[in-house]
Amino acid sequence: MAVATRASKRPAPRSRWGRALAPYLLILPGGGWMLLFFLLPIVTLAITSLESGDFLGGFNFTWQFDNYSRGFSLYSTQFLHAVEYGGAATIVALVVSYPAAYWIAFHAGSRKSAYLLAVLLPFFVSFVIRTLSWGVLLSDNGPLFAPLKSAHLLPLDFRVLATPIAVTGGLAYTFFPFMLLPVYASLEKIDRGLVEAAQDLFSNRFEVFRRVIFPLSIPGVFAGVLLTGIPSVADYVNQDLLGGVGTTMVGRVIETQFTVSINYPLAASLAFVFMLGLLATLIIYQRIFGTEQIMGG
Amino acid sequence: MSTEKEVPYYMDPSFLRGLTQSRITRRSALQGAGAVSLAAFLAACGIGSKPTVAAHTNWVWDKATKAGVLDFANWPLYIDVVEAKGKTTYPTLEQFTKETGIKVNYSEPIQDNNSFFAKEAPILQQGQSIGYDIIVVTNGIFLTDYLAKGWLTELDPTKLPNFTQYAAPRVQARDFDPGNKFTIPWQSGFTGIGYNPALTKREITSFNDLFDPAFKGKVGMFSENQDTGNMALLGIGVKPEKSTPADWQKAADKLKTQRDQGIVRKYYDQSYIDALSKGETAISMAWSGDIFQANLSAGNNNLKFVIPNEGGVIWTDNMCIPLGASHPLDAITYMNWVYQPRIAATMAEYIEYITPVPSAQDFIKQDAAAAKAAADKASLLELSTDPAIFPTQDLLAKTSYYRVLNAAETTQWNDIFNAVIIA
Repeated sequence: MAVATRASKRPAPRSRWGRALAPYLLILPGGGWMLLFFLLPIVTLAITSLESGDFLGGFNFTWQFDNYSRGFSLYSTQFLHAVEYGGAATIVALVVSYPAAYWIAFHAGSRKSAYLLAVLLPFFVSFVIRTLSWGVLLSDNGPLFAPLKSAHLLPLDFRVLATPIAVTGGLAYTFFPFMLLPVYASLEKIDRGLVEAAQDLFSNRFEVFRRVIFPLSIPGVFAGVLLTGIPSVADYVNQDLLGGVGTTMVGRVIETQFTVSINYPLAASLAFVFMLGLLATLIIYQRIFGTEQIMGG
Repeated sequence: MSTEKEVPYYMDPSFLRGLTQSRITRRSALQGAGAVSLAAFLAACGIGSKPTVAAHTNWVWDKATKAGVLDFANWPLYIDVVEAKGKTTYPTLEQFTKETGIKVNYSEPIQDNNSFFAKEAPILQQGQSIGYDIIVVTNGIFLTDYLAKGWLTELDPTKLPNFTQYAAPRVQARDFDPGNKFTIPWQSGFTGIGYNPALTKREITSFNDLFDPAFKGKVGMFSENQDTGNMALLGIGVKPEKSTPADWQKAADKLKTQRDQGIVRKYYDQSYIDALSKGETAISMAWSGDIFQANLSAGNNNLKFVIPNEGGVIWTDNMCIPLGASHPLDAITYMNWVYQPRIAATMAEYIEYITPVPSAQDFIKQDAAAAKAAADKASLLELSTDPAIFPTQDLLAKTSYYRVLNAAETTQWNDIFNAVIIA
């Protein structure tokens, strides 16, 4: 090893210490960061989730495993909602962004970056503001539905706001760039020679897509589904601003338990159930669809 | 109340005095994140000691000096306000500054009692200042909690002569804070029903109108379970103050039916008023003054407010000085100042909630007499006898205060009503 030989010419003690310490020093910032802001909170959360009592009387650590069963049975519907709306939003995002990404990658020519910028442009505005604007747009008597209603094309009590459709749509809108960008990246790096080769072998355009382009874009889709799915399952803003009765997802329940009901143990146990469920889903997902590029598996 | 009692460490006067001075902040900042998170960790684990110290009544007032600054946290749309040329000004606050030299940092961070409490309580729990000198808290579960934890500064009655002289007898004797030791009212109001006659196409009189399938998907209810719960109790014909947990369950079942039939559009916080003004809800639980203000701001909205036949809920929002407030003297000066009938009248003209100062009525009448434009005169005259500002005895008899809940009952209440509201 060249590095080792060169290093050994330096004064011996310093170099030995330096070499021994180097990996630890290199890992220190990242490791310290993880320790402080990931591991410590997780441990605190785990401890909190097993406490009993209430905020005013004080919480006490009592191995209260009951929090887990109680939380899950109280809010199983909301867990289900999270899976339903988050899953639907991910599918919608995929269906919407794949063709767009495909078109940008293969047909946008020199204007690629302009289109990508257009995709990212809304991100310059806070997503709360954007979601609120959706609320205005979809409002029962808003600019979208008022004309249709007065033309009797829609029944007067028609509404989208405060329904699961609004929540799913909001989620898909909020997170679709996270789908589009990785899909685009994987489409973009496909060797065009492969496409030509397939055509030379008498594949029609559909066959080219099915046998060459789509399989090669799977890493992007895989990453996109993760990047869209995880935040939309956990989201707690869209349902508040666009949803109504019966559209609460578990993320909102956890938030409410933390910031309104001050029931930290219940909130923590719900968060843990949610996290572990998500982790299990991810592991299964990775086993079935995973590729080496993404998870290094 | 005895003078010797068990007081949590954060009420230790020396500790508190340290808090209100800056020397402790720099030192604790230098101790760094480690110490802070360790403290949080220990607090989270429930470790900590509660030494017994002697309670010092009004020690704050021995030491307090005028700072010339006041940090006031209030609810939105809850003070007289003038918007001109894109600038928002608060006439009475400006007048206060002019008269006393105390600058008011006015902010509106309180959207509902529970989330404000949840945000500030952990800070107070750690014995730190929340950065406000006056906060406005509704009577009920959370005010009980602030009081039980000793997080409010005991007021000095000698500094509140206007309150003693002008406040309505009704607000000088209240069960939740006997003798006004810790709180004095800001405004009171009714929880009733707000509706848009153009959409309901009929007059609303009963609580049961909120359950009418004709308004399917057009009904707004409150997410704060005290209002929703107490209203539902009145709806099933039970006086909240005499209700039992069995009644609560019955009321919750009624609400659950309403929810499951798709009648409720959403459980709203303060945003219910937007939904009602935009026509997204036709009929909604509502706070009295909001309807008035919504009609003002949206122009010809013509929303109506009604206290249902079954009865309404009356509540009082209370000014209090949180423990560790940096400018208590400025705060109590303001609290006394707003009890001048002239000032109370000006505010009532803007916010149309029940004023704690009955003699404000005379000043509203004077304003009406002095008003030049006929429309102003008419509306001021109407205000001067408006039962929403100066409620009659009959009206008051029709309304109930929230059920007072102890800690165990609170948990039960929350479990019963949150099962309906969180859906």
